[in-house]
Amino acid sequence: MENIIKAERLKKNYSSFNAVNGISFAVKKGEIFGLLGPNGAGKTTTIRMLTGILKPTEGEVHIGKYNIQKESMEARQIMGIVPEMADAYIDLSAIRNLLLTGELYGIEKEKSIKKAENLLKMFHLYEKRNQKVKTFSKGMKQRLILAMALMNDADILFLDEPTSGLDVESVRLIRDLIRKFNQEGVTIFLTTHNIKEADLLCDRVAIMNYGKIMAIDRPEMLKSVIKKTSSVEVAFKNLVEEKVFNFKEIIEVKKMGDKFQLYGNKMEDIILFLINHSQKTNNEIISLKILEPSLEDIFVKLTQKNENF
Amino acid sequence: MRIFEQLKRSFAITKKDLSIYYLKGSVIIQGLLIPAFVFISFILKREMSLDMMIPGLLGMALFFAVSAITPVITPWETRMRTFERLVSSPVYLWAIILGDIMASVLFGLFVVSFIVLAGIILLGVEIISFPLIFGTIIAAFCFSSLGTLISAPPADKPSDIMLIASIIKFPLIFISGVFIPITEMGVLKILSFFSPLTYYTDLARYSIQGTSYFSPVVDLLVLSVFTIFLFVIAVKWHEKSLDKRF
Repeated sequence: MENIIKAERLKKNYSSFNAVNGISFAVKKGEIFGLLGPNGAGKTTTIRMLTGILKPTEGEVHIGKYNIQKESMEARQIMGIVPEMADAYIDLSAIRNLLLTGELYGIEKEKSIKKAENLLKMFHLYEKRNQKVKTFSKGMKQRLILAMALMNDADILFLDEPTSGLDVESVRLIRDLIRKFNQEGVTIFLTTHNIKEADLLCDRVAIMNYGKIMAIDRPEMLKSVIKKTSSVEVAFKNLVEEKVFNFKEIIEVKKMGDKFQLYGNKMEDIILFLINHSQKTNNEIISLKILEPSLEDIFVKLTQKNENF
Repeated sequence: MRIFEQLKRSFAITKKDLSIYYLKGSVIIQGLLIPAFVFISFILKREMSLDMMIPGLLGMALFFAVSAITPVITPWETRMRTFERLVSSPVYLWAIILGDIMASVLFGLFVVSFIVLAGIILLGVEIISFPLIFGTIIAAFCFSSLGTLISAPPADKPSDIMLIASIIKFPLIFISGVFIPITEMGVLKILSFFSPLTYYTDLARYSIQGTSYFSPVVDLLVLSVFTIFLFVIAVKWHEKSLDKRF
């Protein structure tokens, strides 16, 4: 499948600070691609360079067949953008915000009105279309901003932390709509620090930290890289101390409330050890779970690795 | 075609600005009252004829009305997180700035038309002339471009920009022959040549009194040069500060 976003050796320096440090990646047409990283990793700077808001210090970005630096208007015409913490015009009504977006993208008035009304219905905002946005909740505003990004029938949607700080209902609706638009052929590029969201939505994720891409692959492939360090979660009827897990196959012990998470390579041996311990000490095991590595484990592993550099 | 399309999108920004920032009772009343009060406070107890007073009031009213809100739109929208959406849409920065300028120009012309009407109806001053109409439009673009130039530093607090605006705008009023004719300014006269307001006030004096310091052609020409210069500098500075704005 053809690449619709291509970033090459992208760099952004602010005086002596390197916000983004020579990253390269490509996003395929029709993908949901997630850029995952902690706060300050360089995700927002990256998305701003991809959308032409910021000029890179070095490197190039291609959106479809357009070079964003040289043909920014043509490139923006095929994009929909939801910047981080963006807001709509609070003194305008919901429909006026959408129609303004339509005008900014050069959409004919009649087509714009029809599109705006459809989007308002889809985002459950039709009943409030004539209300000023200042009366909207945060979730309603975010839905409206997402609807604004869809006014121009974009080929690519750039979403910077689209569900950050929203209520559960809005998060679900937005995620469902992201999937729906993706199924209709829209490529989605989203940044998030929500690992679960990336795992639920993305076909591929790039993990970013300190302005660099640490890993880039399908979520399941990334998880398989550290599969050998699976873990067991165990809870005993009588509380135990960490030192009881002194066993050669256990390489790390983490206390999680009244439970322990035990990391190791040979799960069978660790489970046998736990059963033996339970019988010997007459302390019943009340919960035992084998945990597969999560995207969070990979994220922590990769970001910690970078910190140690 | 591309420029025409950009101008259409620019006008969408004008409409947005008018409905959000300008077409509000308080703003319209302030647009009329502030220049009137400042002017009255300065001419009180001074012997000033009507045909001397009206051009000054006209100049001040246009200057205040047009440059009052333009400086705060960009910092306000940066703060409200709407500016990033605007600059990420397929509209050039010059077209965004032009949209802001056009809104203030329309507002300024509306305010000035009140003063012109009051001058004609209440005071019987003959005001309307082609150079004045043409000059008022150019001057409105010029003062508004100055306003957008003031908003170029990457601040997101409108109060910071308001301070800069006051530091620049108030001295300009005093050196532009609004209260004292240029001929009576002595050596300070040289300073007045650097203010675009000087040329508009001079043009207004010509239209009402029939005499002026410069010829109307010079006034119109210098105002046009100031307008282009301030607009280009404003766009360039906004482009430069965009990186630091977010």
